[in-house]
Amino acid sequence: MIELDNLTVRRGATVALDGISCRIPEGRLTAIIGPNGAGKSTLLHAMAGLIRPEAGRVRVSGLDVAQARERERARLIALLPQSNAAVPRLTVRELVAFGRWPHHRGRPRAADRRATEEAIARFDLGPLAGREVETLSGGQRQRAFLAMAYAQETPWMLLDEPLAALDPRYTRDIMERLRDISGERGVLIVLHDLSIAARHADWCVALKGGKLQAAGPKDETLTSARLSSLYETPLRVARIEGRAVVIDAA
Amino acid sequence: MAERRLLALCTLLALVASLFLLWNLRAPYAFLLTLRAEKLAALVTVGAATGAATIVFQTIAANRLLTPGIVGFDSLFVFIQTALVFTLGAAGHATLSPLPKFLGEALCLTIAATTLFGLLLRRGAGDMIRMLLTGVILGVLLRGMAGLAQRLLEPSEFAVVQQAVVASFNVVNGGPLGIAAVTLALALAALWHMGPVLDVAALGRDRARTLGLAHDRVVFTALALVAVLVSVSTALVGPVTFLGLLAASLAHAAVPDHRHRLLVPAAAMIGAALLVGGQALFERVLGLQSALAIVVEFAGGLLFLLLVPWRDAR
Repeated sequence: MIELDNLTVRRGATVALDGISCRIPEGRLTAIIGPNGAGKSTLLHAMAGLIRPEAGRVRVSGLDVAQARERERARLIALLPQSNAAVPRLTVRELVAFGRWPHHRGRPRAADRRATEEAIARFDLGPLAGREVETLSGGQRQRAFLAMAYAQETPWMLLDEPLAALDPRYTRDIMERLRDISGERGVLIVLHDLSIAARHADWCVALKGGKLQAAGPKDETLTSARLSSLYETPLRVARIEGRAVVIDAA
Repeated sequence: MAERRLLALCTLLALVASLFLLWNLRAPYAFLLTLRAEKLAALVTVGAATGAATIVFQTIAANRLLTPGIVGFDSLFVFIQTALVFTLGAAGHATLSPLPKFLGEALCLTIAATTLFGLLLRRGAGDMIRMLLTGVILGVLLRGMAGLAQRLLEPSEFAVVQQAVVASFNVVNGGPLGIAAVTLALALAALWHMGPVLDVAALGRDRARTLGLAHDRVVFTALALVAVLVSVSTALVGPVTFLGLLAASLAHAAVPDHRHRLLVPAAAMIGAALLVGGQALFERVLGLQSALAIVVEFAGGLLFLLLVPWRDAR
């Protein structure tokens, strides 16, 4: 479980997160939603221990991330930041293998190589494993970075807008893979597409202006009234062919 | 494949070094060989230090167009030389013992650079741009101060400064060279040890930190090693700003790999081979008609101008 206790993060003069307290259960796919500037990425970075909070605490599976050593955190949480710029000449296999760094610190063993190949297989990257990451399309590149985070074998995967700039085919493909993974690991994902959140997430955390608006099971948090208030525009949660979709009701 | 190319570079450097030592060798053989061997050691030390330092600096700065010179090493060296001539006079400057002068300059450059890195990176390696810009501005300030002092010098003293600030491989003293060579060996060994860590650091600060790397500490250590390498090389022969860019760009082309355990030695060997080959050409073919450093700077500057519009900096 991830426990946020009065988490407050300041960035310069701005309060990016203001006294956030909630619990996020493991083994679920949790969507973090909210308008631009709500503090979603800041929340992920604070959970991963990359930002020191001004006040409050983040405990991930019982570990206070602000007090933990880098290596301890890296064995507990894999964070996929927004940018997926690649190092020149780096192949997909080499990129995925970097996910094993917290385990081997530069001296890979057979178990690390096995985990790398498993991550490559899990994200169907076999045919691309020898290709340089720079030569991949946006969707393929995102899959490679996700495989790297997966290879880290952490109980938690925090993903910052992994669907940005992906077409519907890659979006569905990646979300289905993440759904599968969420059965074995906690997956937190920052999403802008509310229909994707409504369709794939189990749990939802809604932020606005650095403040927590709601946290709980999807059906309780993704309501027409709450979303309209969150985004300050009329939105409606409808059901089309049995699936929840969020439509613009303006 | 990359390992084989590294081996080829090693062979190339050995060939160029042999050419430098043996081409047109006449009696007295022992005397000439000793003289050439000492110069060869200086060329290899400076070339290797500059090439290795540039590769590491580019990784830390995440930019393949930068050289460590951007943070003002050259300007500080020019300032030190000007200050020495200004305070001691041309005769006093000429009588300075080479070893204490080398040690003083190397120490001064290292301390200045590591202080700059330390102060500016205290708030995290995310402030790299601020560090680079501060280096550039400090460089301009030092050049301005040196320029002002040079205007107050006698013409003969000004000529001494001009000679001191252009890199020269013709007169290299044994004492400083030995210390420089040992320092280079130690720094290269440390960089070899850091190779896998530098590979992770190259992924970027956030990504490296999520993989459990103490990124800021790694960046500071790497920059301190860069400072030592460039300081020692600059104090030994003078500044060669664009040699590093030339060596690093050729290393990336020759060894198509991201691993620093291959890239650092490749850049070091290419830097050394460029200087040794260039000096051999100047001494044996062109009869020392110009200074090698000037040609290296010209070629490196030209490459820089070519790289800016045509290549992605990363």
